[in-house]
Amino acid sequence: MATDGAVPLPGLVEEFVAGQQDGGAAAAAAGVKAGNFTILQLVEALGPTLTSSQSQTRARGIQLLSHVLSECSGRLSEKEVEVLVAFYENRLKDDYVVTPHVLHGIKALTKSPAWPPGLAISVLKSLFQDVHVQSLMLLERSCIYTILINLMELKEEELKGLGADFVFGFVQAMDGERDPRNLLLAFQIARNILHRGYELGSFTEELFEVTSCYFPIDFSPPPNDPHGITQQELILALRAVLTGTVCFAEFLLPLVIEKLDSDIQSAKLDSLQTLAACASMYGYRELKEFLPGLWSSLRREVFQTASEKVESAGLSSLRAITSCLSRSILSSDGDDALRVFLDLIIQDCRHHLCEPDLKLVWPSAKLLQAAASASYRASHIIAGAVIPQLMEQYNNQTQCAQRRTLLDVLQGFVQPAQDGVPAVAEESVLCGFREPLCEVVFSALSETNAGLQVTASRILSSLGQQPGLLSTSHVELAVDHLRRLILEEEDTQVCPAVLECSGSLAPLYPDVFASAMIPQLKAEIFSEPMLRDNGQEAVHTSSQHVVRQRCMTALAAVSCHPTLVQQTAPVLLQVLSSSHTGSGLFSTDDIIAACRSLQQIAEQVQYAEETGCFFHDVIIPHLLGLTVQAGLQCDNQDSIPPQSPLTEEAILLAIVPVLSTACAHLQSELAALTASRVVSLFLDGDTVFLPGNNLPLQPQLFQKASSSCSGSQLVCLLMACVCSMPKSVEIPQVDRLLSELEELSCTSTHPFSFTLAAKCFAGLINKRSAGQALDLVLERTIKRITSELDCMSSSLRTQALTLLLWVAKALLIRYHPLATTLTDKIFSLLMDPELAPLAADGFSLLMSDSVDVLNRACHADFRIMYRQRFFTENSAKLVEGFNSAEKEMKSGYLKALSHIVNNLPRQVQLTELPALLPLLLEALSCPDQAVQLSTLSCLHPVLLDPPASPALAPQLDGLIFRLLGLTTSPAMKVRIATLRCLHALARFPDHMILPFRARVLRALATPLDDHKRLVRREAVAARGEWFLLGSPGR
Amino acid sequence: MSGSTRLENANPLIFERSLERVVTAEEEDESLADPIDDREIFDLIRSINDPEHPLSLEELNVVEQVRVRVNDPESAVSVEFTPTIPHCSMATLIGLSIKVKLLRSLPHRFKIDVHITPGTHASEEAVNKQLADKERVAAALENSQLLEVVNQCLSSRTA
Repeated sequence: MATDGAVPLPGLVEEFVAGQQDGGAAAAAAGVKAGNFTILQLVEALGPTLTSSQSQTRARGIQLLSHVLSECSGRLSEKEVEVLVAFYENRLKDDYVVTPHVLHGIKALTKSPAWPPGLAISVLKSLFQDVHVQSLMLLERSCIYTILINLMELKEEELKGLGADFVFGFVQAMDGERDPRNLLLAFQIARNILHRGYELGSFTEELFEVTSCYFPIDFSPPPNDPHGITQQELILALRAVLTGTVCFAEFLLPLVIEKLDSDIQSAKLDSLQTLAACASMYGYRELKEFLPGLWSSLRREVFQTASEKVESAGLSSLRAITSCLSRSILSSDGDDALRVFLDLIIQDCRHHLCEPDLKLVWPSAKLLQAAASASYRASHIIAGAVIPQLMEQYNNQTQCAQRRTLLDVLQGFVQPAQDGVPAVAEESVLCGFREPLCEVVFSALSETNAGLQVTASRILSSLGQQPGLLSTSHVELAVDHLRRLILEEEDTQVCPAVLECSGSLAPLYPDVFASAMIPQLKAEIFSEPMLRDNGQEAVHTSSQHVVRQRCMTALAAVSCHPTLVQQTAPVLLQVLSSSHTGSGLFSTDDIIAACRSLQQIAEQVQYAEETGCFFHDVIIPHLLGLTVQAGLQCDNQDSIPPQSPLTEEAILLAIVPVLSTACAHLQSELAALTASRVVSLFLDGDTVFLPGNNLPLQPQLFQKASSSCSGSQLVCLLMACVCSMPKSVEIPQVDRLLSELEELSCTSTHPFSFTLAAKCFAGLINKRSAGQALDLVLERTIKRITSELDCMSSSLRTQALTLLLWVAKALLIRYHPLATTLTDKIFSLLMDPELAPLAADGFSLLMSDSVDVLNRACHADFRIMYRQRFFTENSAKLVEGFNSAEKEMKSGYLKALSHIVNNLPRQVQLTELPALLPLLLEALSCPDQAVQLSTLSCLHPVLLDPPASPALAPQLDGLIFRLLGLTTSPAMKVRIATLRCLHALARFPDHMILPFRARVLRALATPLDDHKRLVRREAVAARGEWFLLGSPGR
Repeated sequence: MSGSTRLENANPLIFERSLERVVTAEEEDESLADPIDDREIFDLIRSINDPEHPLSLEELNVVEQVRVRVNDPESAVSVEFTPTIPHCSMATLIGLSIKVKLLRSLPHRFKIDVHITPGTHASEEAVNKQLADKERVAAALENSQLLEVVNQCLSSRTA
């Protein structure tokens, strides 16, 4: 006997069997694995035990053997398997104490790939014959199922040879199973039987009975569920069985109809979903006799339910049934099954459509639409029955509300459905109705009722999307209507709907829009103000500005086709240039609206090459030219006109996103060209590429004029262009540019200029590749910032801090090693008597996304996790700083903290919350309202998230106490935010918050009488929720 | 609600919901006081769910803004509601829901009067009397089954 220093085999056996030491089994398995002895030797050693007259001893012996086999089943030879299986099969007849170990042994053997033919059948026969499965314990039952599953994988052909006996054996084995873990296994076997084509024979109904008795599944996992089995898992497993074969149809459908009557919501839902699943595989033959019953159940559910889930499940079942019937082949003699079924639906639903003010109009419409969406033929039949009626109703009704409902219903039928789309050769089902439909739409568009107009414009765009429905004359008429609505309609719902409709039709019919929409809008934009009777020029009324701005928005909305962009963008540019030359026609808001529209166009067309060139050749130079001209003119104070509106900061800030969006989407050669032109414009005053010839030669755009209206603020244009270029674009003369920007940002006294210069500097630094050049620039800049900040008497400390913040952000988001130096500097400024508030607010700048630079749209070097990283590295510093700070300085730390936490992703907030909560509670007690507000806004989302509750539990008392105190804060916004937090708290688990109910309800009575309505509204919502707490019917 | 039980009024008339109240500049100004007005009271009760349908009382026209009167200085509220059919067995329940909603949402100083629009219900007087009786309202809310239905009507979450 081979023993290499290990315990000899007989000793192991002895120890395990007689000594009852379980460790022996593992040692024996290890021995076999290591090759110290063979299975045969083990069996020989076990000999006396296995033949013992004591059943306990035999059981122990088999347990040892089974354990070893379970570890080493892979290394058995075919011969060994045969012998062992025969042995185990025989042992099934042994005493009941032995059986469990025998089953474990067989289970282990079924994992071995080397099964000689014929063995599986005899094992199964013995199993089914000798073992009464349901009187076994849980684990052994699971063994049986696993054996079946393994054998089905291993010996499918042989098992099928057993014929229906196999199914019968399985049905008997699983009959009465109660444990969800085993049920999952049993369902898996049943599904395999159905899917792999085992013969069911006469046991179809038995197999159905034994599985369907669990339908619908009602299972709630025990608390702290260790097995992780969900009700949904069981439902899906069972559904796969029940819908696994058409043979079950005659049993399943009556069962579903019966269970639909259930009072339990989840049972209804499960039945409907099962119905949808089986209908998708059944044919007409299976469904035939149940159709009327199914329809009346479905109708009842959709008509009466209060639950959206049940409704949508009902509708998808109807859709599945209809599409099943649509697939069925028409027989020459019989009825058309689909038509018969649809006639039933139409007959039951159609008359409800004639009562547009009653409740059932909507469920009826939804049922019809669900059936129509199932197939082209179904949509044809239903549209033919319903659409003429709807249109007739619409024309006969006189009340707006009813007509609106009818139109809304009609819209549902007109909408192109995914599956209802006609095949290439088929024409749209709506073709037959296009004339009357268009008539209805156009008449609704001419109504004065907003709802009708909105729905009509939606129908119009649906019709436009479906090819062949609108004729040229229809499109022309449609565009006339849209144009009229854009010019005249002020309603806040109609305007966006009309714009959306225009936007969806414009790319389909660009020519019509180019001729019948854009020129008229342009004319309206440039229309002169009306003259009053006395000949004096009237001041623009606000409504004219509104119309003008709407026209500009509309221009942007229709610009989704290159040819249209080439017409619309020049109009908007013309607005800018004419306001620059001093027409006085346009207000600041008008100009900003024009910029917004240009920006929207730049966003819409980003991928079209043709328009990219257009932007590069025309729009960018024009914009730059105009603004540079304006900026330079106004340096010369005597010039006429004295002030071009294009020097206003608000307008410059609106031009920035136009330029940066356009530049960010340029193709790389064009981008490089633009970059070099812009840089030479700013550094050398090279104005060659700008249109317009009245520019001074070589203007100094970086000059530091003391006046607020200075060329230096044009630096925002520089930022817009160079900071948004793709990373691959090399910015020429970047070092010179950086030093000019640094100079400007450190010395300018004009906040707009130095901030923008700092941003531009940061944008360039962020994209600069790492290396010596970058290190040199940074070293120089940091030195300058530090010396400026350290000099307490300097008047330029704010500028230095601004630059510091932006550079820190630029480095922070790209994980540059120097970032820490800079952020530490900012932390130290929280102690600064003068700059502390600015520094604290600076953290919001560091942590939030900035709109015009250093973001993903500008191709910045941006790591998404930088906030978490910053937080983990610095939260300790912040807490420490807070604890050691003097009382007056503490609020700066709290503000910084709340800015940081506010911008963290929710997941991180949740994990960090327990540690930070004491500090946040402190912040709630801080008298600074800004701190309170920012802390509340940071708490609110966390409180809304249910998993937050355990983390908050220990502090709940303090939190609620502080929140209740803040309900009487003098600031309205604080009161509102506080009440929202209290509202969110009411969704916490009952056991946590129930103790506070009485106190909260009492305290919330006060804000019910607040003098501000907005506060009262929040108080009512919060108090209502706290009232429902712990009381029935919640 | 059982799928097999028949509703008393399965296909009622549906009315349009009014739009959300627009927030005005005065409401955002901290220094001004906004008195409690009819619309505010109406906003409190219009979203109450009907016990039978997945619809709000406003959509069924059971409550209307014109039938709400409030006098803030004198702390008095009066609400009339109109059952969908004259024999509606839910009238008391609806009235109770309105009353409870107002009790929970208005300051204590208010006297709350909820009654049926005259001439719209068969047992109008009896219902009005029940709703006006403080003790009976309190007793009704002690009944946990009744409280459950009322709470379901007042709950903002749909099933």
